[in-house]
Amino acid sequence: MRLGCTSVRLNTVVATTQAPIRPDSTRLALAMLLARTAVWISQRVLRRSGGVIGGRVIVKLVPGAGEMLAAGRRVALVSGTNGKSTSTAMLAAAWATEGPLSTNSDGANTPAGLVWTLANARTTAVVLEVDEAWVPWAIRTFGPEVVVLLNLARDQLHRNPEVGRLARAWRDALSAVPTVVANADDPWVAWAAQTAQHQIWVGAGQIWDEDSLICPECGELLDRTDGWSCTCGHSRPACDWTISDGVIVPPSGSSLSYITLPGPGNLGNAAQAVAAATLMGADPEAAAAALAGVTAVAGRYATVRVGDHDVMLVLAKNPASWRASLELLATRRNALVLAFNADGADGRDPSWLYDVDFSELRGLQVTLCGNRATDLAVRLEMDGVEVTGQYGDVRGALHALPPGPVDLLATYTAFQDARRELGRAA
Amino acid sequence: MQPDPVNIVVVYPKLLGLYGDRGNAAALRHRAAARGIEATVLEVAPGDPIPEQADIYLVGGAEDGSMAAAAKLLERQPGFVRAVGAGAPCLAVCAGFQLLSREYVGMDGPRPGLGLLDVTCSRLTGPRAVGEVVTRSEIDGSRLLGFENHQGDAVLGPAARPLGIVEVGRGNGHEGHEGAQQGSVIATYLHGPVLVRNPALADLLLTRAVGRELEPYLDSRVERLRRERLSAAGSLRTRLLRRA
Repeated sequence: MRLGCTSVRLNTVVATTQAPIRPDSTRLALAMLLARTAVWISQRVLRRSGGVIGGRVIVKLVPGAGEMLAAGRRVALVSGTNGKSTSTAMLAAAWATEGPLSTNSDGANTPAGLVWTLANARTTAVVLEVDEAWVPWAIRTFGPEVVVLLNLARDQLHRNPEVGRLARAWRDALSAVPTVVANADDPWVAWAAQTAQHQIWVGAGQIWDEDSLICPECGELLDRTDGWSCTCGHSRPACDWTISDGVIVPPSGSSLSYITLPGPGNLGNAAQAVAAATLMGADPEAAAAALAGVTAVAGRYATVRVGDHDVMLVLAKNPASWRASLELLATRRNALVLAFNADGADGRDPSWLYDVDFSELRGLQVTLCGNRATDLAVRLEMDGVEVTGQYGDVRGALHALPPGPVDLLATYTAFQDARRELGRAA
Repeated sequence: MQPDPVNIVVVYPKLLGLYGDRGNAAALRHRAAARGIEATVLEVAPGDPIPEQADIYLVGGAEDGSMAAAAKLLERQPGFVRAVGAGAPCLAVCAGFQLLSREYVGMDGPRPGLGLLDVTCSRLTGPRAVGEVVTRSEIDGSRLLGFENHQGDAVLGPAARPLGIVEVGRGNGHEGHEGAQQGSVIATYLHGPVLVRNPALADLLLTRAVGRELEPYLDSRVERLRRERLSAAGSLRTRLLRRA
């Protein structure tokens, strides 16, 4: 059971880093006791991470637990299709320059995981990554001071078949929010953010425009030649924070550089995180400097030594993030392992593989693994990419490659599998 | 003699391309190339004219807002309707299926479609149809495999025939039908993309486009994919039967 042990090791760290606050209702205290027992059983007997179980027990026994646990705190929420975990870690690092805070760095971003994070947090300040579909619930339950909205694009279509419907749900819920830090370059995000009491607009960029070609306001085709605008008058808002020549430009003061994580997406994430931290009281320069400490979020972009290989781990969940990641990896020209699953968190329909252009990988050594590797093998064949082999697991796919640097790109659940499989190294 | 290239037109892939619909063009080009036939793929941008002389038209899936925008644009493209009406092969998937029908339900109620199919689409009763699908093709008896994700149904009129009979999944939601065929139009709710997972269907479109039989081409990776999806759908059916 080496794999199971590894999983416990990775996750208990998160669950036990902070001592709990004292719950102020007897019922909640009792629920906490039972939740801890459930987590203990889950971790020791079933060898699972346990946090979600703990949250479920609390929610079941005390339906208002989320509201009670959030009372008196300063809560910041972060959501969007891509970059949630990274931006959450960035905001946590940036805001932590002002004092201690708690965050769901385990990535458990639906109600049970969120409640469990709060139940174990003893700080006033809390940063929560929230699944896109649970944003309205999280706003109602936690009464956040700020909501950071990154982007909206197709992802897990079996669960969220319409991007527009998500945006509408956000828009309805955001009227209860004092301030949003919103990406002005994403038309759906900008439209949803309009209802909040105040907006801080960040020109964080947009990697994927194919789900936002029509006007959220009137349904006409947007003019996307320069930013975006519509004949109805709805258009990209003027930005408070911008990105120019690879640096972040705040509303006032000198520009802030960010170079830690690669790609334009991460620069945009950094800009939104620093903007939000500044709103919460941090000094922009200190906040930006703190981002240098965010290097491997839940193993993403970590480089690990496995046998004869130095493996960089990259997570990409949907066509937008695969496109961005492949652009990055194609320039590195390393041998590649592509790990591809189509379980719940990956989206059960991998049709989106055909939204991604793989032709840049021609000439690279590529091996495949994952429970839907055959779908990917067919996709690569259509783009003329030679596949060295298809293997049952990550180690098999790695061993087939010559010693040296390897980049591993994986879908959500395949990424978790890879981290478990590569054990302590990852 | 070098055969003429097959000209494939993808109608508004940026609006009608929610489910990897460009993959249908990739599959056609790949299977044409395997027979030494060149294929060109033109992706028509929203607002640009749709050429009337294409050999194959592909119309994909979308969410309601993008579908409404595409419907408005298509109303101003009589050349497309003329071409398909005159017998140009056309594959219409999901929202594309509905747009080519007589009527479908748009964002604000029923709307007239292009009328290339004697089909009326409204809303499926019950939950959204999401999952793996297996049907028995009404064209050649082979298995058609795909993934469906839709809230629309389809009722076929006398001029349209089903594309397949559902073995696993929901399909059109009536009489076990999945999809439709009428004249040169093949319509379906299946993604995958459908021509990638079903090479026989891709070959049917290519055969109609070039006007002659194609030599057989067995793609071993695609056959492996079909075996995997069929067995996954098979276990799904067993589960459904147990539950029933």
